[in-house]
Order: sequence, then C-alpha cells, then structure tokens
Amino acid sequence: MSDFLSPEELTALWLSLKVSTVATLVSLPFGIVIALLLARGRFFGRTLLDGIVHLPLVMPPVVTGYLLLLAFGRKGPLGAFFEQTFGLVFAFRWTGAALACGVMGFPLMVRAIRLSIESIDRKLEQAASTLGAGRMIVFLSVTLPLALPGIFAGVVLSFARALGEFGATITFVSNIPGETQTIPSAIYALIQTPNGDAAALRLTLISIAISLAALVLSEFFARRVARGAVA
Amino acid sequence: MTLSIAIRKQLGQFTLDIALETGPGVTALFGRSGSGKTSLVNLIAGLVRPDQGSIVLDGRTLVDTERSVFVPASKRRIGYVFQEGRLFPHLSVRSNLLYGRWLTPRGRRWGSLDEVVDLLGIAPLMGRMPRDLSGGEKQRVAIGRALLASPDCLLMDEPLAALDRERKAEILPFIERLRDAKRLPIVYVSHSVEEVARLADTVALIDGGRVVALGPVGEVFARAEAVGDWETGAVLEAIVRAQDEAAGVTRLDHPAGALVVPYIDVPVGKLVRIRIRARDVTLALGEPGRLSIRNRLAGQIVSITEGPAHDVGVRLDVGGEPMLARVTRDAVRDLELVPGLAVTALVKAVALEGT
Repeated sequence: MSDFLSPEELTALWLSLKVSTVATLVSLPFGIVIALLLARGRFFGRTLLDGIVHLPLVMPPVVTGYLLLLAFGRKGPLGAFFEQTFGLVFAFRWTGAALACGVMGFPLMVRAIRLSIESIDRKLEQAASTLGAGRMIVFLSVTLPLALPGIFAGVVLSFARALGEFGATITFVSNIPGETQTIPSAIYALIQTPNGDAAALRLTLISIAISLAALVLSEFFARRVARGAVA
Repeated sequence: MTLSIAIRKQLGQFTLDIALETGPGVTALFGRSGSGKTSLVNLIAGLVRPDQGSIVLDGRTLVDTERSVFVPASKRRIGYVFQEGRLFPHLSVRSNLLYGRWLTPRGRRWGSLDEVVDLLGIAPLMGRMPRDLSGGEKQRVAIGRALLASPDCLLMDEPLAALDRERKAEILPFIERLRDAKRLPIVYVSHSVEEVARLADTVALIDGGRVVALGPVGEVFARAEAVGDWETGAVLEAIVRAQDEAAGVTRLDHPAGALVVPYIDVPVGKLVRIRIRARDVTLALGEPGRLSIRNRLAGQIVSITEGPAHDVGVRLDVGGEPMLARVTRDAVRDLELVPGLAVTALVKAVALEGT
C-alpha cells in the first residue's frame, strides 16, 4: 500500500480509521441509553431530548463545529472540566476530531437503535419476567439481543458518517496533518495545492473502497442477525 | 395450595372486581372473551398492578395495596403459559427451555430437563429455533419453559385457543399428565367447554369482571347461565371398564349404570370425565325396549325449570351426581314429569364424542 500512497496519505487514512472507530465505539453506550430513554421513557423533557439529539443532523456542520469549539475548547466550560478532571484535551487534537465525528453520527445511531427497540414485542420481556428475570437480566438477555440488528445498523451508519465528517471537524480542530487531518480534510487540502490532484484522486478511491466495504459488511451482518432474530 | 384473590382494577370503562379462593388441582377461569379472565391472570402473575386489594398464594402475600406490598413478576415463582407462546425468537428451543432454570437457585429447582422434555415429547425439537416449530410444538415448548422455572403455581391463558382441533388433541393429554403427575396447582383460562370439562376440578365463571359462579365443574356446568343454553350439560366421572376396539367403543362404569362412548385411548381402570349436554339427553319412563341408544342411566328428577323458550330444563340425580336434560314443555305434560319421579336418561353414544 505504501507504493500506492505517500506517507502523508497513509497517515490520513489511519487517522481517519482511528478517529471513526473511537468515535463510534465511545458513542455506542450513550447511543443505546439515549435510544432506550426515547423509546421507552415517559418523562418530562423527552421531546426536548429528542430535539437536541437530532440537532447535528439538521444544523450546518460548521455551526456544530463552532459550538463544540465554544464548549470544548481549552477555555470552554466543558473543555476546561475534561482537561482538569481527566487530563483530556479536545482542542486541535485527534480526540477533538473523534468528538466532532461522534456528535455528527450520534443522531443516526440513536435513530436506528431506537427504531429497533420500539419494534420489540414487550410481551417477550413480560414472559422473561415471569420466568424470574429481573429488569437488568431482561434487558441483557431479551431486549439487547433483539435490538441487535438496529444496534449494528446504528454502528455502521455512525461509522460511515464519521469517515465522511468534514465541516464540524475542520471548524473545531482545524486541519493539522498527523493530528486532525482525516481523509476528507486531506482531500480538501490537496485540491487547494498545485499538483495535488493525483493524491486527491488516490484518497478519493480509498474513501470509496472503505465505504463500499462498510456497506457490504453491514449487509452481511444484518442478514446474519435477521436470520437469527425473526420469529 | 390455596390462592386467595380479592382485587379491584379499573381498565378504561371496564371494572374488574374479583373475590376468589381456590384450592389445589386445576382451577378454570371460564367465561366469554372480554369477561376479564386474562386481566385477572395478569394480576396474579404480577404483570399488572391492582388498584386495590390483595393476592395471597399459600400464605405468601404477592400484592397488598393496604400494606403497600408488591412482589414483582420475576420474584413470584408463578409460571405463565401465554396464548401465543411467546418463545424467545433469538434463542433455540433448548435455551428457551433452560431460560427460567438458569435464573432459579439450585435449591429451589424441581424436575429435570430430561423429565420435562419426556413429559412433553419435545426431545426432537431441542436444536431448533422457535420459527421452525408448528403451533402445537411452540405451545409444548412454552409449557416446558414455564415448568423448568420450578414455579409454585402455573397460569395457562387459553394455551390451546390459537390451535386447530388436531393440535389441541395433541396437547390436552400433556396438560392432563401435568395435572395428574405433578400435582401442580394450575389456573387455566378458557372459554372452551370441552377443555374445561376435561381438565378442571374447580370452575370460576367470570362475567363482566366478576366471579358469578364458583364450584366443582359438574355443578357449575349444569347451570344454563354458565355455558349458554346450547352447551349446558353435566360432567360425569366414570371408570374405564373395558376397551372394545373391534366395535370402536369404550365401556365405562358409573354408579347409575354402564356407559358406552366412542373409543377413547385410556387404559382400563382409569377415571375419565364425560360431558353430557342437556340437549342430547332423552327421558324415558320405565325400561325402554330395543333402541339404538346405548346409554341408559337410572335417575330421579330433582327439579323442573321453565326455560326461556318452549323448552324445560329437568335436573336429575343419577347415582349421586347431577345431570341435566332439556326437553319440550309438551313432553313434560305428556309424561307427567314431576320432581321425585324415577326416570331413565338415554344418551346416544355418538353424542359423547370429543369429550
């Protein structure tokens, strides 16, 4: 692969994969909890929560990126908190890119998981409780496995969204090669550079290949899960 | 085992107001659709909270609104067989069966997987997924799953309603075996006279959210309001005396006389229940001559009740058990039927098919 890609391009590729993977895996538990709350919860402010989760989907990415900068920048309230408490810095770091990608992919993830939770027959959960399963065991042994197709779809959608994320990322953490320059940012930078066309095209092809692979993989898993889950 | 229920629950426009005490054996909750049977069972299982009242199983309070006691379904140890099976679609038959068992502490378990699998005849299904099972197979697995959670009591909500006649005939013997072999108290919900007559010891007749009659199956079913005029009848217990496969009949002994019914596959010496519908009973004075009617039971008239139309319900005592005949008013006048009169009740053997 190093014959085909320059070291800089290879760096962008690995960084993209790292950022997207971390963004997806870290947001997954939150996605499941929020989806569960939205699907099952009956509490004040549920509509508001639903709206907030969906905001990144409808707002211009630049706005999301700027809000992240305000909140998670070194001087932002949340940014300062994370730095002091966990020593975790987001501003102009790959962690910030992962945060931006996670936030942008979050609505897609929550939507997919929520839909699959809503489609679960709650009578199966009742049946489990009459067999001696408490709420946590019902969730782990019935709800979660039956929501698996949706969880998987959510992971794939969020991962794909993270790979393609550009606006919020470049606004929040800029375009620093080796730190925050993911494939889309790299392509953007190359197009601006004289004689960068060939490199931009190579990264574009890589991008297409990864997307196709993700789609095929998700289809494969979705079918396997569906075969196991449909009554 | 005793189950004492005294609860109120408002469900939209419908009020469930039940006071009920049942003993061991099979208690049938019998009534039309929408009479509140399933809601009552859900209250017993702990899937629904009552507005008011208490449920006590064998001295263990499951719910008491006065004392703010509510034991969740998962801690009640009450097995529940649902009408639609509700097998876990993502688990194999084996995992479905063992689900409740894994959650039961070792010391509380009774029965073994092999025993239950044998009882229900589901050994060949173990590796399959629920979607590959027929309706009858699903229901048998659902029964096994409930049993393997080692419950103190079993609720069955119309477990056969979704099945066709043949599948029903396939599962009923298993439930009978359960009743006889396990001595497990069972609350059985049904609107089928046949099923209840065959399985139940006690019947609670539910109508409009209330218990309107409670008693032994024979007594409750001899009342027209219990099962509707057309289905009213008596349930007699008789002992299998002989099997006559060549003639295609089974001969039974009853205190009031011998009974002949179409062949039933039960060993000699076993007790069986025969339901005799009032409309299938003919009354005769004295010993009738040569007739094709096989069953002749000697009895005495207890009471005569005018029916809603031209018919009259004649209540008999045959060998100490109640029996009901439905005849015309004209026949009562012609034969001069009065309480205390000795009569012979005639029932065609073929009228007893399917019970």
